[in-house]
This record gives sequence, C-alpha cells and structure tokens, in this order.
Amino acid sequence: MEDLKPTPMKKKYFTPVVIGLAVLVLNGLMFLLARFIFGIGAVTNLDNQHPWGIWIGLDVAAGVALAAGGFTTAALGHIMHKDQYHAIIRPALLTAALGYTFVATSVMIDLGRYYYIWHPFIMWNGNSVLFEVGICVIIYLAVLYIEFLPIVCERFIGRVKLPGFLKSLNNPLDKVLRILDKGLDKTMFIFIIAGVVLSCLHQSSLGTLMVIAGPKMHPLWQTPILPLLFLLSAISVGLPMVIMESLITSKSFSLKPEMHILSNLGSMVAPLLGIYLAFKIGDMVIRQTFVYLTTFNAASVMFTVELLFGVIIPLRMFMSRQVNKSPLGLLIASFLVIFGVFLNRLNNFLVAYTPPYEVHSYFPSIGEISVTVGFIAFEILLFRIAIMIFPIVSVPNTSVQRTKYSIRGGAQ
Amino acid sequence: MVNQSRRDFLKTAALAGTAITGLSSKTKAAPKNILSEDRMGVLVDTTVCIGCRKCEWACKTAHDLETPSIEAYDDRNVFKTMRRPNSKSLTVVNEYKNSVEEKFPINVKVQCMHCDHPACVSACIVGAFSKQENGSVIWDTDKCIGCRYCMVACPFQVPAFEFENALKPDIKKCDFCFERTKEGKLPACTEICPVEAVTYGRREDLVKAAHQKIKNYPDRYINRVFGEYEVGGTSWIYLASREFEKLDFPKLGKDPAPGVSEAIQHGVFAYFVPPVALYALLGGVMWINKNKKKSENEEI
Repeated sequence: MEDLKPTPMKKKYFTPVVIGLAVLVLNGLMFLLARFIFGIGAVTNLDNQHPWGIWIGLDVAAGVALAAGGFTTAALGHIMHKDQYHAIIRPALLTAALGYTFVATSVMIDLGRYYYIWHPFIMWNGNSVLFEVGICVIIYLAVLYIEFLPIVCERFIGRVKLPGFLKSLNNPLDKVLRILDKGLDKTMFIFIIAGVVLSCLHQSSLGTLMVIAGPKMHPLWQTPILPLLFLLSAISVGLPMVIMESLITSKSFSLKPEMHILSNLGSMVAPLLGIYLAFKIGDMVIRQTFVYLTTFNAASVMFTVELLFGVIIPLRMFMSRQVNKSPLGLLIASFLVIFGVFLNRLNNFLVAYTPPYEVHSYFPSIGEISVTVGFIAFEILLFRIAIMIFPIVSVPNTSVQRTKYSIRGGAQ
Repeated sequence: MVNQSRRDFLKTAALAGTAITGLSSKTKAAPKNILSEDRMGVLVDTTVCIGCRKCEWACKTAHDLETPSIEAYDDRNVFKTMRRPNSKSLTVVNEYKNSVEEKFPINVKVQCMHCDHPACVSACIVGAFSKQENGSVIWDTDKCIGCRYCMVACPFQVPAFEFENALKPDIKKCDFCFERTKEGKLPACTEICPVEAVTYGRREDLVKAAHQKIKNYPDRYINRVFGEYEVGGTSWIYLASREFEKLDFPKLGKDPAPGVSEAIQHGVFAYFVPPVALYALLGGVMWINKNKKKSENEEI
C-alpha cells in the first residue's frame, strides 16, 4: 500500500464555482437579515398548523444525518482499529464539525427567542425528547471540535507566526498548542468513544422527536421504532457521504481518487443498508401500513421514491463488484443513499406531518430555501478553506522526512 | 493514544463513566405535572350554545388582547369560515349546519382542552409548560425559547405562535384564566356566557353531570362525552347532538397524548445504563483491537 499523508491542498481558492457559491451565501444572508428584523413569519411560510419547516426538517434533521460520516469513520478507524481507513477520518471529521455547526446555527435562527438558546442548559425537562437531542448535539459538537484540535496542533506547532504587535504572543501560543497536543494524545480515546455514543443517542432520538406528534403523522412513517430506523439510516449514510466527498475533493483538486479505500468502504455499505431495509419493510408488514401504498397521493409517492431510489437501488448497486470498482458507479450509488436519507428526513418531518385544521399545505418560501441553500454553500466554502489551511486530505507521501513536525520554528 | 497504557485507559474510562452517571441523578428534573383529584374543568354543551361569541370578547378583555366593542360580536358573518384559536384570540366559536333542524345551527367553542396528560408539558425542551393543581395547563414566558415543539406535539393543534413578532414572540393559548381563578374569580368565558353553555366545576362532578344529562335527554345528545377518555382525559369536556368528528374534533385514541415517546426516551436512558454500557462496550472493543494490532506487529 502506498504511504498516504494528510497535507494542506495548494490551489487557487477562487474558481467560478466558488464565486457562484459565494453569491448564494450572500443571497441567503439577506433573507436571514430580514428574519431577524421582521420576524419568522415575514420570511417563512410557517403558520400555527405548520410550526416546523425546512429549517428544522432539512437543515437540522437531514443535516445531522448527513454528518454521520464523522462517527461512522471514527468507529471504523479508531474503535475497530482499521488503520487503512485513517486517510478518510479527517475529511469526515471536518464535514461533521462543519455540519453540526450549521445544525446548531439553523436551530438558533429558527428559535423565536434565539437569544435564550442557553436556557436548556439550566432549565431541564428530562421527559422532553427535544431536550435530549439538544444537549447531545451540543456536547457532540464540543467533542468534534476537541477531536479536530490535534489537526490544528499539527499544522501550527512551530509555525505560529502572528503579524505585527501580536508577535509577543507567538511563543505562549506555541506552548499552549504543545501542551494541548500532548494532553490530547493521551486522552483522545475518551472523546472518540464519547463521540460515537453521543451520536448513537441523538441520531436515534431525532427519530423519537416526531413520535409525540402521534396521529398527526402519516402511518407510513409514524412508528414506535422510528428511533431505530433513524439510527440505522444514519449509520448507512455515513460511509456514502465520505465516499462522495472524497471523490468530489479528488476531482476538484485534480488528485487520483483513493479507489482501494473507497471500494472497501463501498462494500461495507450494502450490509448496513440491507439491515435498514429489513427493518423498514418489517415495520411496514407488522403494522400493515402497505395498504396506504395502494392509494395514489403525495405520501404514497414520496414513500415509494424514498424506498426505491434511496434504499433498494443503491443497495443493489453497492452489492455489485463492478460498481464498487468504478468511481462513477460509487458516486452515483453514494448519491442515491444520501438522497434517500435526505428524503426520509424531509418526509418524516414535513410530508408525513399532516396537522388537523390545516388551511393550506406547507411549501417552503423563497426566503426559507435561500437561507438553507446559503448555509449549504457556506459550508462547502468553509470546507474548501479548511482543507487548504489544515492537513486534512491525504495525498501520497513524496518527502523522505517522516517526523511529525517537519519544520521547527524559532520558538525553540 | 499510541502510548496509552492499560491502567491509564481504565482509569480515564471509569472517570468518564462516573461523570455521566453523576449527571443522571439530575435529569429527573421535569416541569410541574400534577393530576389532582380536585382539578377543575369546564363542561361545554354544544346543544345549548347560541353562538353569541360573548366568550370571545370576555376572553380578549381578560387577557389584555385587542378587541372591538362587544356589539361587533353580533356579526354572524364570521361563521362562514372555520376559525381556529391564534395568537390574537385564545378561543373562537364555530358554527355547523344542523341537518335535522335547520333553524338551530350547532355552535362549538374551541380553546385549549387542558389535557390531564398534556403533550406540551412532556415535549417542551425547557419545561415552560406545566399542569397545575387546579387543572390548568399554563405556559411560562420566562423559560420559553420559541422552538414551537409544543405545537408539533399538541393533538388538538392549539398552541399558537406570534410569527410576526421579531423580538420576543410568545406562545399563546387559553390558560384557563389561571390569574383570575387564583383570585377566586370564574374563568372569563364561563362568567359571561348568557345561556350557561360552559359550566365551570370539579372535573369529576362535570363528567357525572354530563352523563346525567345524556341519561335524561337521550334524544338530545349522542352517548359520548368528548374529553372523558380522549388522549387520557381532558379538563374541558364536551356534549354534542352528533358525532364529534363531524364537528371538526380530531379523531383520537385513549392513550395519553405523549404516547410512547416518554417510554422510549426513558428506556434509552434508564438510569443512564444503556449509554454507559455502550461506552464500556466500545471502549472494550477499541482496547482489544489495539492489542491485537500490537501483537501482530510484534510477531512480524
């Protein structure tokens, strides 16, 4: 196996795509500003029958699920100790850290009283599923940042060079980084295991969230095993997310895709998806909800699309050796799984939710869509900045030097 | 992580475990949720209500909400559309055609039902909702963060949010005139009702009275008291001359409104055993895999 080493990417930051994304970010920011000045009602299509829109159903629910690459790769690389996958852990970790940051931000902008976001820390309600999700997500976000710290240390130890009058801080900062690096090296396993446990908890609780809506939710989705389905789908979307991200990064920075790693990852997706499908079908058979599929309406169509294109077809694709060996095949199959989980969260939180007394059905406003799209664009831009600053993406190691910090600065 | 000794590993893992279990003793914190035998309630007799909407005026006046003069409520044109309580009116009266007796339409007053096992109290992330001893389910403005999960949870779709308020939006719903009843006054709507369509009293007595009414006038009522068992019982109960579902009441089961969500939540977190066990399991797997790797390397 060739030797891989995480290295900061060197390339021009601005490309036409990047500029396009920046425009989307600005557009989203404008609507966000309007939300803070004129209120949630002015920007969104929410009403008393539809209290939650895409800011919760997509940004938060789908966002959390699609950031699952962080804990699945941590479990694979660190806990199962499969060293060959270390190359994918850092990009997955970065995606998770960015993803959860945006989940937290999305929750905040959706809160009517966003400045009280700290209330759950001191006002507890152990019966509330949302309380559990909120606390778990915040702790996990902190864990993700801690897991990221060693990368910051690796990049900046011996290279802290602040400009101008901040120069005097260079030495102390370097010392802090070194202490951090040493301390974290010994204790990191605590955070890694905690990250996996916390993920399992809130990924599943996100499913429990809608159980309390009871009969307001379409029976095709409303089931007591929602938490299990959410956890299983999150686990099966983690690796496809990593695969897609790795393929796109390779393309964007003209690197050779790490096919030997990605193919192995791809072959692991099929059994995970299979378990998820088994529970999903089993639940449908036991509760006999398949009768709802015989009528033609939004719910039955969305459910079928979700299951067929989001689970069954990619499952068949990942079972094929040929698909696993071709970058394009992997990309399409991974995209389908991601699409499936994305649609599942959308269905659970918005499509399945049919409240009584609804005057008109909910469809997101231009403002809501703009803010969501802007957030996603911003996340991609930050990802690009981060992989250019920090050693995240692994490239074949060409230098002979093998020491951890190749350049020692003037601090020593 | 590479130089991790076994003892270090166990020590830190144990420490983390204790920290988490320590936390669990506090999570019993939950909002006030009392189910007193003497809780009050209201019996709404939809066969008596004449749709004068004086209760709407009284409610707005009692809660300092903007309202036109009481005479404006005589306008029966509002009945053309079905209305719901919102952030500006906490109770509304709707009108339904009476197929048997055209001259006497059926009027139904709508407001918070004050469930005996309220979904909002269970759901609220900060415990801003509470069920008080006198039966009222009330909301605390000092806690609320405006997440609107109560609106997702409520089986009657009652809590309303001030979507137009950018600075400090409230959740608005009937509070059973908590401030008035505390001073010994009647809830505003029951006080003003000219025909006694809404009767305030101990819930237990009201349920008995409702069944007595059905027994005395079997032709006037259908044999069902809405709210006696729905979602585990509600403090406000209804009598009607026809099926409640035809009067836009939601079709609900007898299980308490929070449903299985609390059971799932407490199952997953039973004394924090499952999360701690998972933590220990993963720690064990990690340790075994690491040692395996090490011995493999030594063999080579």
